[in-house]
Amino acid sequence: MPEPRTSIRPWHRSRFRRAFSAVMAGVAASATIVAVTALVFVLLYILIGGIGSMNFSIFTQGPVPMGQEGGGLRNAIIGTLILISIACVIGLPIGILGGVYQLETNTTFSRTLRFFTDVMNSIPSIVMGIFAYLIVVLPAAEISPGHAFSAFAGGVALGFLMIPTVMRTTEEILRLVPVALRDASLALGASQWRTTLSVILPSARGGIITGILLALARIAGETAPLLFTAFGNLDFNVRLDRPIDALPLNIFNYATSPYENLHHLALAGAIILLAIILVLSIAARWALKGQLQD
Amino acid sequence: MPSEAAVIEAVPAAPPKSRRWETRRNIGDKVYKWILTVAAVSVLLIIAGTIYELTMGSRQSIAAFGLRFFSDSNWDPGRHLFGALPFILGTLYSSFWALVLALPIGLFTAIFLSEMAPRWLERPVSFMVELLAAIPSVVYGLWGLFVLQPFLVKYFEGPIANGPLAALPIFGGTANGYDMLSASVILAIMVLPYITAVSRDILRAIPRTVREASYALGATSWETIKGVVLPYARAGIIGAVMLGFGRALGETMAVTMVIGNAPIFKTDLFSSGYTLASVIANELAEASGLYRSALIEIGLCLFLITLVVNAAAKLLIYYTAQDLNATGGKK
Repeated sequence: MPEPRTSIRPWHRSRFRRAFSAVMAGVAASATIVAVTALVFVLLYILIGGIGSMNFSIFTQGPVPMGQEGGGLRNAIIGTLILISIACVIGLPIGILGGVYQLETNTTFSRTLRFFTDVMNSIPSIVMGIFAYLIVVLPAAEISPGHAFSAFAGGVALGFLMIPTVMRTTEEILRLVPVALRDASLALGASQWRTTLSVILPSARGGIITGILLALARIAGETAPLLFTAFGNLDFNVRLDRPIDALPLNIFNYATSPYENLHHLALAGAIILLAIILVLSIAARWALKGQLQD
Repeated sequence: MPSEAAVIEAVPAAPPKSRRWETRRNIGDKVYKWILTVAAVSVLLIIAGTIYELTMGSRQSIAAFGLRFFSDSNWDPGRHLFGALPFILGTLYSSFWALVLALPIGLFTAIFLSEMAPRWLERPVSFMVELLAAIPSVVYGLWGLFVLQPFLVKYFEGPIANGPLAALPIFGGTANGYDMLSASVILAIMVLPYITAVSRDILRAIPRTVREASYALGATSWETIKGVVLPYARAGIIGAVMLGFGRALGETMAVTMVIGNAPIFKTDLFSSGYTLASVIANELAEASGLYRSALIEIGLCLFLITLVVNAAAKLLIYYTAQDLNATGGKK
């Protein structure tokens, strides 16, 4: 809870000390301007460059060999959607159920678990990628040599990255459901699981959706863990046991390539990615708004 | 005592307590409880599994190099020489400069937002600064390549490299943009929202009465901030900075795209370097055998460093917040 601001305005008769205070206020204001300017510079560049590089074929064409004109991001966009779907299948049940667990228990063990959830949230995403690489990619390579990287491995890495965010937001939102609702349900003879399923989760629906959307916004742009799991693919692929292309991977490869037309593709990819993240974030706020009005 | 016993007998069953497991014999609830516990414990399993798998994966490299891995500065996969020192130093050095740049801006922004800005300005500005955290790393990298590097080369690196300051040990190297400086500036922008948001929340939680007392003693606003508010929030701000440091250490894509990726460490801001995360990003997919094992050990190293930094930061922030809540409640 933030403290209410004081309404008292200090005043000192020493003109020098008043002036110095005003100067420092100016320094703080300029620091804020610098921070906001950084954001504006990044966003404006991506916006202008991205819109300038946009055209319809970006959505309909796959990649072309390096150095050739044309080419699009169709495979990458579809790949990113597939990767996110796999991540949801893995991350959402664990995240939501874990959040319910945090709500239902209050023991030393559950508080320790909560601390570790925070710890997990701060593990660098590339380390999660290595974990997925070790438990999915390497065993897969042993079973069928030549088919190491896969969409599934990338989805596992992203799914693990989702878990802590979903877990914490689910718990926080469920705590807002009035205890009386739960007590009423239990008093009517409903069992614990029935109460959770039919009373608590539905009444916190909007908030849980918010948590999910924020987690999706976080993983949509993840690149590092995909480099050695989903790997990227020049051909169109929807099979989960084969390498798959992803939007962030394309941005990375194209931006670091020496070709001008690929730079434009990277910019177009960046603006599509930012648009996806923006839509998810706005939808998240909107879902929460509905929640608070209920 | 007897009267209490009578009361207990008079009430046949204790009312169901919320937030507690029921002990009734209900198969559904038992299953429910187990499913929830498994889901929650999976977090522990993933963390433990990560440590286990990374350790197992780096066995070969640990056996081959031992502790020398961390003090050897040769990285030459062709000759099977693997030393992680340039990456460790490169990671710490780029993150250090990122903090040097981000800390003053972040802290002053937090001070502005919590102490000075009017409400109508505070909300949108806070939102904009936090929006910086929503932009993916790879997009920062793209911006770094196309905008920041040319800008730095033209207006900062070029003039300095051709001027008298080039003699300083931090301004050597070729001014081509693929260097520590670009990486640090990008990292600074990326950690700025974390430092700002956490410090702002800590500053806001400081009781109003503390400031009013300082004003009553004749202090100006700045003297109050410097002499009362900041010392009050010190531990929490240190926590916020460490949180930013943890983020910077593990940041991969943006750094990989601008740092130049050369496995050498120099203190020159204008010379290329490499970080723990970037070397994994660039080389793991193609590596095998001892090479792969060495890269996984680098991952383990990165994991442990960030784990320690983040856990310490979380605890500092947590205890400061608790402290503030306690004093805030008393007034």
